Amino acid sequence: MVIYLDNNATTRVDPAVLESMLPYLSDLYGNPSSMHSFGGQVGAAIQDARAQVAELLGAEETEIVFNSCGSEGNNTAIHAALAAQPEKRHIVTTAVEHPAILSVCKHLEKKGYTVTYLSVDRRGQLDLMEVEAAMTGGTALVTTMYANNETGVIFPVEQIGAIAKECGATFHVDAVQAVGKVPIHLQSSTIDLLTLSGHKLHAPKGIGALYVRRGFRFRPFLLGGHQERGRRAGTQNVPSIIGLGTAADLAREHLATVDQERQLRDLLETQLLELIPDCEVNGSGTTRLPNTTNIGFKYIEGEAILFMLNQQNICASSGSACTSGSLDPSHVLMAMGLPYTILHGSIRFSLSRFTTEAEIQQVITVMPGIVEKLRAISPFNNDQSDWLQGRDLAHSV
Amino acid sequence: MWDYSEKVLDLFYNPVNQGAIADLNEPDIAVVYGEVGSIACGDALRLHLKIQESEETILDAQFQTFGCTSAIASSSALTEIIKGKTLDQALKTTNQDIADYLGGLPEAKMHCSVMGQEALEAAIYKYRGIEVEQHDDDDGTLICECYGISEPRIRRVIIENDLTTVEQVTNYVKAGGGCGSCLAGIEDLMIEVQQERATVSARVAAEVAEVAATPLTPIQKINLIQQVLTEEVRPLLIADGGDVELFDVSGDVVKVSLKGACGDCASSTATLKGAIETRLQDRVSTTLTVVAV
Repeated sequence: MVIYLDNNATTRVDPAVLESMLPYLSDLYGNPSSMHSFGGQVGAAIQDARAQVAELLGAEETEIVFNSCGSEGNNTAIHAALAAQPEKRHIVTTAVEHPAILSVCKHLEKKGYTVTYLSVDRRGQLDLMEVEAAMTGGTALVTTMYANNETGVIFPVEQIGAIAKECGATFHVDAVQAVGKVPIHLQSSTIDLLTLSGHKLHAPKGIGALYVRRGFRFRPFLLGGHQERGRRAGTQNVPSIIGLGTAADLAREHLATVDQERQLRDLLETQLLELIPDCEVNGSGTTRLPNTTNIGFKYIEGEAILFMLNQQNICASSGSACTSGSLDPSHVLMAMGLPYTILHGSIRFSLSRFTTEAEIQQVITVMPGIVEKLRAISPFNNDQSDWLQGRDLAHSV
Repeated sequence: MWDYSEKVLDLFYNPVNQGAIADLNEPDIAVVYGEVGSIACGDALRLHLKIQESEETILDAQFQTFGCTSAIASSSALTEIIKGKTLDQALKTTNQDIADYLGGLPEAKMHCSVMGQEALEAAIYKYRGIEVEQHDDDDGTLICECYGISEPRIRRVIIENDLTTVEQVTNYVKAGGGCGSCLAGIEDLMIEVQQERATVSARVAAEVAEVAATPLTPIQKINLIQQVLTEEVRPLLIADGGDVELFDVSGDVVKVSLKGACGDCASSTATLKGAIETRLQDRVSTTLTVVAV
């Protein structure tokens, strides 16, 4: 059996989610937009799913727009925000966003927009003073993540939102990693637009939703039919929407017991730190998601660790350059200013409600041996290794 | 997930020759190491060699590697390839040899094999007292500032591996993989190298055609034979501990005497026919035969 500790990458579809979807892949195949009752019953089921998602977010049904994925949500949100205030040409975001935000911002810079990328400190946290200083009268949009996918670090979104509101900017939050893991109440929030993705909370891949605050001057990204009240054209992905609705209900129930997940994460973290010398938790010392830990194992390389884990049927992920096929390590860990000794050897374990204590114990059992084996191969053993002398281990951010 | 060969995974999970070599100050034995990469780059290899000085033979090779699966497997493969070879034989190891030994590497991981080849060179140059840094990087302009890759290194990897795209250069030596601002520069260099190679092959073709078109006078023929032997044949033989001397030319028969290791080498006929005759037929006249005296 596989020990799956890569839930920030994707999650297993909950059996109850799959169950709820099946009728819509067989008998209930009507088009929700049809005028006949055969399609109409499907339309009603979509409305139920919308209500379920709204409830998870503390929002109203009419504020939920179903779409295809987190990337679509992020792209749509940015374009909608810029279209709402076309005279403003400045965007504030952070250096540690997901590529679905950063790539769009880089593209917009080429189109004449100015973008401020807020820095993070060694813990991966933002400085609210810097947010305030970044704002100008021309700021159309502030877009930040709720929680970081690599470290789990949670940003103070309400405080950031307050600053954005004061300056008349739209506030978008990429909450793909946070939804279902932390309680969210959008009705009493400064957030205008919020992205979520189904497959991060035990719904299938290929379904997502964008929250659009009531009264927000929304411009659709995808034009065509009148689906989703004219805010997202295209016949709805009915089975997946139904699945997302069920997943939202289950996530809401799970929020009450999320502390068990946190305890398992803490067990993993404290045990590994105790058993393995020269390692540290990236993002410790600030608020984090209950399911994520990112640990830097000094002097060894992340992809090698992952292959060793893979041999033990353990799935995790790494921000190392070698994993991604790019040559630079994770932009998130780089932005935190971690030394090179840690940067390349950082592993993320991300749990879910399906994670068991036996699985965590298994990782605790095998991990020290893996690190020891790779350190025996490495020419570096400690910061005093002769090869490291006279070298700048910190990199300039 | 990377599509690694069975051999890569086997050498990663069960690496051979990992570790350092202690210098016990034994007579006729030298222990040296060569280093490439750095912790900042994400991979670093220290290759240790135990060399029998009188024979210039690698008695043992061990590695220490900070890097990914394929970096560790490439290092292990390298040590297996070079053990027992003379330094000159070992120096002929190319990064492609390492990749072949591993049953191939994913294109984006070819730089791991390049790293192995460079560490080997660094170790041997260090043993021979050649300054490797000056040999390589100070000679040319720095093209990729992110990874500190110079023009000569990029040229070499293009030529040795027949690279045709900028992306391949990034896969092989990482140049251009950081900020990307040198990608245009690498492309210019690529075009330059390709043009140079085209010019050289055109010139060689023209020379060969000229030689074939005009019959040589006897003295021209002898001079050309002597030139080919000196410039093209002798360096190869000397590298293997042998040598050759032109004794006489009568008609189309070239008489040579084999020296050093070649003189009593069991494969001297192969050397005679393969290395010397083929080369002379190719460069001077197709009707030549070579005999040993």
